[in-house]
Amino acid sequence: MRSADDWLALLQTVPDPEIPVLNVVEMGIVRGVDTTDSAVDVRITPTYMGCPAMDAIADDIRATLSPFAKEESKELRVELVYAPAWTTDWLSEEAKAKLEAYGIAPPGKTTDKRALSGDAPSVRCPKCKSNATELVSLFGSTACKAHYRCNDCAEPFDHFKCI
Amino acid sequence: MNARFEYLLRLGDDALILGQQLGLWTGHGPVLEEDIALTNIGLDQVGQARAWLTLAGKAEGAGRDEDKLAYFRDQSGFRNALLCERPNGHFGDTIVRQFLFDAYAVCLHAALSGSSDAEMAAIARKSAKESAYHLRHSRAWMVRLGDGTEESHTKVQQSLNDLLPYAGDLFHSDAVTEQAAGEGWGADPAAFRPAWDTAVDEMCAEACLTRPESVPEQVGGREGRHTEQLSFLLAEMQVLPRTYPDAQW
Repeated sequence: MRSADDWLALLQTVPDPEIPVLNVVEMGIVRGVDTTDSAVDVRITPTYMGCPAMDAIADDIRATLSPFAKEESKELRVELVYAPAWTTDWLSEEAKAKLEAYGIAPPGKTTDKRALSGDAPSVRCPKCKSNATELVSLFGSTACKAHYRCNDCAEPFDHFKCI
Repeated sequence: MNARFEYLLRLGDDALILGQQLGLWTGHGPVLEEDIALTNIGLDQVGQARAWLTLAGKAEGAGRDEDKLAYFRDQSGFRNALLCERPNGHFGDTIVRQFLFDAYAVCLHAALSGSSDAEMAAIARKSAKESAYHLRHSRAWMVRLGDGTEESHTKVQQSLNDLLPYAGDLFHSDAVTEQAAGEGWGADPAAFRPAWDTAVDEMCAEACLTRPESVPEQVGGREGRHTEQLSFLLAEMQVLPRTYPDAQW
């Protein structure tokens, strides 16, 4: 019989549908796994309340885990929870490094109050690593990203919104 | 009267109606970035609406889920504040409506984060992060338009004059809000009106706008008395599920 950690390891093989370089555990979307004699309970939380990928994520988790649940004759349940709220602090340093390598500038710390007042610290271009970048729009290609441009290499890029 | 159900409908309907209206900007934004921004904000608000309406359905206990509540109520069953149903108008109208609402939402979500109801507190804490981000966007545009060209200033000043009378509905207090605040699971919006007033005044000072001094306040949305605009909006929003009630996406 698999332990909760074993199930978590399986969840680490489920990529985020919008940012496939990270898995759903690294994204901080998976909030916990419990296992009993008869069931496996996975709790997930949205990055944004209206994130349209949540249904796809729940489906992907079911598709990946259900053969293993069936093997152990367990019911698989995926539950949506809102607390504790997801923030960008749920991304590990390793996950942030993967984001940058993928071309998305990772978020800073939310404890930095400047993130909300608009005087956000400079965002580093994921391509040429220059700090001479500027905000194009607070909103970008998905609910969790803002749109920036680099003034040195002239590349537009996504920045993971810091909330 | 089921105060909890009524109160949750207000929260859900504000977010739903405003979110639906922002969605109408899809493909019509003045620039691509704003098209994306307005619809992103709309998406967050529809997401918040889903959570509040799901809770409302549970509080009612009659088996209605978020979809039943969104698609199968008529105009008089909606509890959104009148401000949320004001038409999109031009970009300045949409931005003023959004700023007035965002400034309210930031206060509301902060107050509800301390709700004695764990589910309500969880949704509010999550929504608070989103509303703060929305306010940053709408406030920046208020300053840019108000302190911009003569034309942008004149237009956005007019939008502010037109829309402020409808903002009073957000702060409507009655037996529902009294019970919500008294029992600790909700908030009386009158409690954070001073904070909202300050936010509006500070924005006006920075955006070179003049806040109209005495404003006649239009109320009624919390009791289901709405303007004509809402019926057109509902007709479009509800036509598909009402025509094909069990339609699956």
